[in-house]
Amino acid sequence: MLEFILNDQLVKTSVLPTTVLLDFIRREKKLTGTKEGCREGDCGACTVLIGEVIQRKVGYKSVNSCLMPIGDVHGKHVVTVEGINNTVLTPVQEAMVNEGGTQCGFCTPGFIVSMTGYFLNHEKFDLHEAVEYLGGNICRCTGYAGIKRAAENANELLANNNSELETNLENLVSYKFVPPYFLNIKKRLQSIPARKTLVKSKTIISGGTDLFVQKWEELVRSDANLISADKKLTGITKTKNRIRIGAATTIEEIKNSKILNKTIPHWAEYLDLFGSLPIRNRATIGGNIVNASPIADMVNLALALDATVHLSDGKKKREIPLKNFYKGYKTLNKKQNEILETVSFQLPAKNFLFNFEKVSKRTYLDIASVNSSIYLEQRKGKISVVHISAGGVAPIPLYLTKTCKYLNSKPIKTETICNAASIALKEISPISDARGSAEYKRLLLRQLLYAHFIKLFPEQMEVSDSPEGWEKLI
Amino acid sequence: MSNIDSIRHVRGESLFIDDVIAPEGVLYGYIFYSPIAHGKILKINLSDALKSEGVHGIFTAKDIPGENQIGGIIPDENLFAEDTVHFIGHPIAMVVADTFLYAHDAVKKIKGDFKKLPAVFDARKAAKKNQLIIPPRIFEMGNVEQAWNNCDYIVEDTVESGGQEHLYLETQGSLAIPVEGGGIKIISATQGPTAVQRTVARVLGLPMHKIEVDVARLGGGFGGKEDQATPWAVMAALAAFKLNVPVKLVLPRQEDIRITGKRHPYSSDFKIGLNKEGKILAYEVTFYQNAGAAADLSPAILDRTLFHCTNSYFIPNVKATALSCRTNLPPFTAFRGFGGPQGMFVIESAIYKAAQVMGIDPSVIQKKNLLSEGNEFPYGQKTVQPHAEKCFYEIETRFDKNEIYRNVKEFNANNKLVKKGVAVMPVCFGISFTTTFLNQASAFVHIYTDGSVNISTAAVEMGQGVNAKLRIIAAKSLSINEDRIKIDSTNTSRISNTSPTAASKGADLNGFAIIDACKILTERLRHVAAEELKAGNASQIEIRNEIIYQNEMKTDLPFDQLIQIAYRKRISLTAQAHHSTPDIYFDTSINKGKPFSYHVYGTAIVEVTLDCLRGTYQFDSIKVVHDIGGSIDKVVDLGQTEGGIAQGIGWMTMEELIWNDEGKLLTDALSTYKVPDIHFVPKEIKVHFLENAPNPFGPLNSKAVGEPPFMYGIGAYFALLNAMRAFKPNLKIKFSAPLTPEKVLMSLYG
Repeated sequence: MLEFILNDQLVKTSVLPTTVLLDFIRREKKLTGTKEGCREGDCGACTVLIGEVIQRKVGYKSVNSCLMPIGDVHGKHVVTVEGINNTVLTPVQEAMVNEGGTQCGFCTPGFIVSMTGYFLNHEKFDLHEAVEYLGGNICRCTGYAGIKRAAENANELLANNNSELETNLENLVSYKFVPPYFLNIKKRLQSIPARKTLVKSKTIISGGTDLFVQKWEELVRSDANLISADKKLTGITKTKNRIRIGAATTIEEIKNSKILNKTIPHWAEYLDLFGSLPIRNRATIGGNIVNASPIADMVNLALALDATVHLSDGKKKREIPLKNFYKGYKTLNKKQNEILETVSFQLPAKNFLFNFEKVSKRTYLDIASVNSSIYLEQRKGKISVVHISAGGVAPIPLYLTKTCKYLNSKPIKTETICNAASIALKEISPISDARGSAEYKRLLLRQLLYAHFIKLFPEQMEVSDSPEGWEKLI
Repeated sequence: MSNIDSIRHVRGESLFIDDVIAPEGVLYGYIFYSPIAHGKILKINLSDALKSEGVHGIFTAKDIPGENQIGGIIPDENLFAEDTVHFIGHPIAMVVADTFLYAHDAVKKIKGDFKKLPAVFDARKAAKKNQLIIPPRIFEMGNVEQAWNNCDYIVEDTVESGGQEHLYLETQGSLAIPVEGGGIKIISATQGPTAVQRTVARVLGLPMHKIEVDVARLGGGFGGKEDQATPWAVMAALAAFKLNVPVKLVLPRQEDIRITGKRHPYSSDFKIGLNKEGKILAYEVTFYQNAGAAADLSPAILDRTLFHCTNSYFIPNVKATALSCRTNLPPFTAFRGFGGPQGMFVIESAIYKAAQVMGIDPSVIQKKNLLSEGNEFPYGQKTVQPHAEKCFYEIETRFDKNEIYRNVKEFNANNKLVKKGVAVMPVCFGISFTTTFLNQASAFVHIYTDGSVNISTAAVEMGQGVNAKLRIIAAKSLSINEDRIKIDSTNTSRISNTSPTAASKGADLNGFAIIDACKILTERLRHVAAEELKAGNASQIEIRNEIIYQNEMKTDLPFDQLIQIAYRKRISLTAQAHHSTPDIYFDTSINKGKPFSYHVYGTAIVEVTLDCLRGTYQFDSIKVVHDIGGSIDKVVDLGQTEGGIAQGIGWMTMEELIWNDEGKLLTDALSTYKVPDIHFVPKEIKVHFLENAPNPFGPLNSKAVGEPPFMYGIGAYFALLNAMRAFKPNLKIKFSAPLTPEKVLMSLYG
């Protein structure tokens, strides 16, 4: 029996845990404010908030309900637009009406939910952050101008707020951003018993953000082992010389990890380019790795960190360097009964350098045409350690072995980098597809390799101001 | 301003097709379609699918009681393929089952044998094979052949513009419910309720009066549901009719993108001639329109390309030829601008290339050739109160065009790997259906005894805010509060023979019809009031803001009381009015006439920043002076302008349709077909509505707004080209939209 709170209502249901949350909300509960726009997490019309008790308060995250197995909302608070509705329009809703943030209305509930989620998580307003919260929502009518104005307007209320109320939630309730029942949710959630044993099944679903795109029609009718709630598989820890990330840790947790942000400069900025916030709230590093997409952003980053994957079949454990994990297109060096438990990498040396580059047709919420990461250490003016990854240019997420070997113990010089790029182009085998032609991907990888060094060594790289100049350099 | 639709939208209470609570026993449809682009159907084996769990029936061409024909302009399109399939996605059968999943499973069990035939995907290749939908269309003015001799510069080139997926957020869908007497009621997400009604009647072999189509709203249309909402409604109706149960057919996103038509890709050749001063003396252009496998609306779209081939400019000598080419892709269809954008992109490319040859900025040529009073378009109409120059000059002054240009130049001098580009884009767009007879509408206005008002028109609400505008028009016409008024759904039983809500004309046509109907009611009410107040003459009476005035003096008689009195006096409180746009005509035998009731003008200036290392770009700003007449609803008009701009920029930049060699669409999901998101749109969108420019030809002096702003997006292309040239001055310019990051990088370094 699954138990959760849907808006103000306690739900107990015995539907299959793989039932898609969106379908349950719309078909079983007839809450049609949540819309189906694409069923692949790319439009945000189905966005809902998932609240759970974290550190003595209820934290809310936006997710795409079209990719969410209902088993994962056990013991949580699911908020749809109907659950935000008050007797009067909320400030978010009112601002959306007044500023022309809604036209046809189909995407609108998703925006209302995302924007409300933003206010639930922020006490101070920042347009840049608000935009990030709305990055997973597509609107085809407004051009987003009215939506941005609405976000700013809704905030004005809070900005002028001098209230003495203790918590953000109390504030939001008093300003009617959310209905009063939100205040009791924590208590109600705490009284829901934890879910008992997990189903043991060959199908393992972590975040589900790719599996539910590929084959939801199958999944909803099968047993599956939902591992995203498994505490043993989540979390980021730092030991003396390694950082370990549980396989079911979400990308958003990884993005916001204090440990990782302290270790790797610009870490959160790089991960902004991964999917959208609702996707990052569900997608996991383990899922990204075993999914084996050649352009997986997280894998690309992890390859340059020379990460190790830790596998277990329940009895025996083994570990493999991530760069040896991929045997071919979507084939892994992993036995059927093995599960990926942890990803780890060695703490970077002092003065290491790191960079991530990604180019896609659309900068945000898009899959890379090509991505690349670099990790680099120098000693006495020469490269002493270097790891470079390249995505979207081979059947697997690629570690540029030969390129790295060439660069090793070389000084940073424009000519060296150009040579390295030529070697890289011999290591890759891109194909033409919807993300670009093979020729483009070759050119793009070269440019991204240059971009790494121009960014990391602005002084040492001769930067030409024309393409002809570049050609000469090469 | 309280827009009742917006309030329901933000609360998630607006019902779309899939939200309507379907009657008990509703069945779900799923389509089986052609996996090949062209071929003979040898055999379709349905037996396994029929045995599949939950299946109630499978329908093919053989099950059609009437005509298997859905072509609107030309009868060249089957509902279900008969012996030949013409594109990947060509519907062959529909499974109807208890649930969506059962229907989906059954479709997977249908086996089809096909014999492949040669397929053509390119418009020029189709033209060479003489695969034309209609004979070539030619618009001509002056004499280009003679004019070339007077030109100091003559420039030629080829221009490509890609198709565009509508990506309305609500996919196509409909719910068909059998009603007593053998009729069908259809809840459809269509811009053309009568087209659905007519086509269902034709396919089922029933009189139109047995078919009722009701449209509450659309989750976005943009033209994609003008003609192409019809097949799904007809399929649902067919199954409902045959099985006598309600049937719902809602296309999943991927099927919607694969099967349905999009904006037409065009390939065009131009030749433009100018004198030393930059005056355009002659323009010759040939458009190859990729129409896809059936006519759909292509001929009408082709004509609008010709109507707008000279955009905002007066060119004395023009010869424009257009060919609608039949290919093996899904039939392309209406999309905001309706062929206009494709025509304008070519003339702007021509000006850009001429400017490059002359060593001047394109805006110099643009400015020199703007339309002024009394100028003739190639189709014979003359301008009346054109605001082309006014808008252009206001861009220069209000937004300081020169300052923007200076800043860009300075930025480029100081940056090596990042460059900026700027471009100006004037727009002129004609308002009216160019198929003259479609310029008609009617309104039904009921006043109930409590003083509330219910209005039905032919207009379909799809987010463009037509309901909000009509409500304002009605409130002003009756001089009562807006909250008395409800704009009802669009329903073929209430309003007959509706023209589709298209051509930006919904508010104009239906607004005028409402004004006329309200006039009738007001007239009746004034007579009632005159009698009641013992005024000798109804001309002494006026209704002002809910109160009756007599000889300019306020009386004690309020509107609702007057309604009660009228009812008791047995006066009809219902009025119907029909409006047809006056004084428009077009003679297709000579291609001259006055097809438009007026034109909308405007100018935009677009700035972009290009990362020349990676080929990626961000639009810094777009500033627009737009001719809106007297705006009926500023929130709606601003939203239409901003939204059109974003969609236009999308068309020119990231929105890319890629088919493989077999005619299979590779960009068939939101993960591969990218539209602007909140990060991509220009950081700054500034819209200034031209002041003191009332439109004598629009309701409440307004101007239509739906389509024209889309074309400001074309400026994005040329801003980007300029940024590229700042990095690579000898760039080989190729006019080929969309200008994706791939194309940018390949042309910078390729």
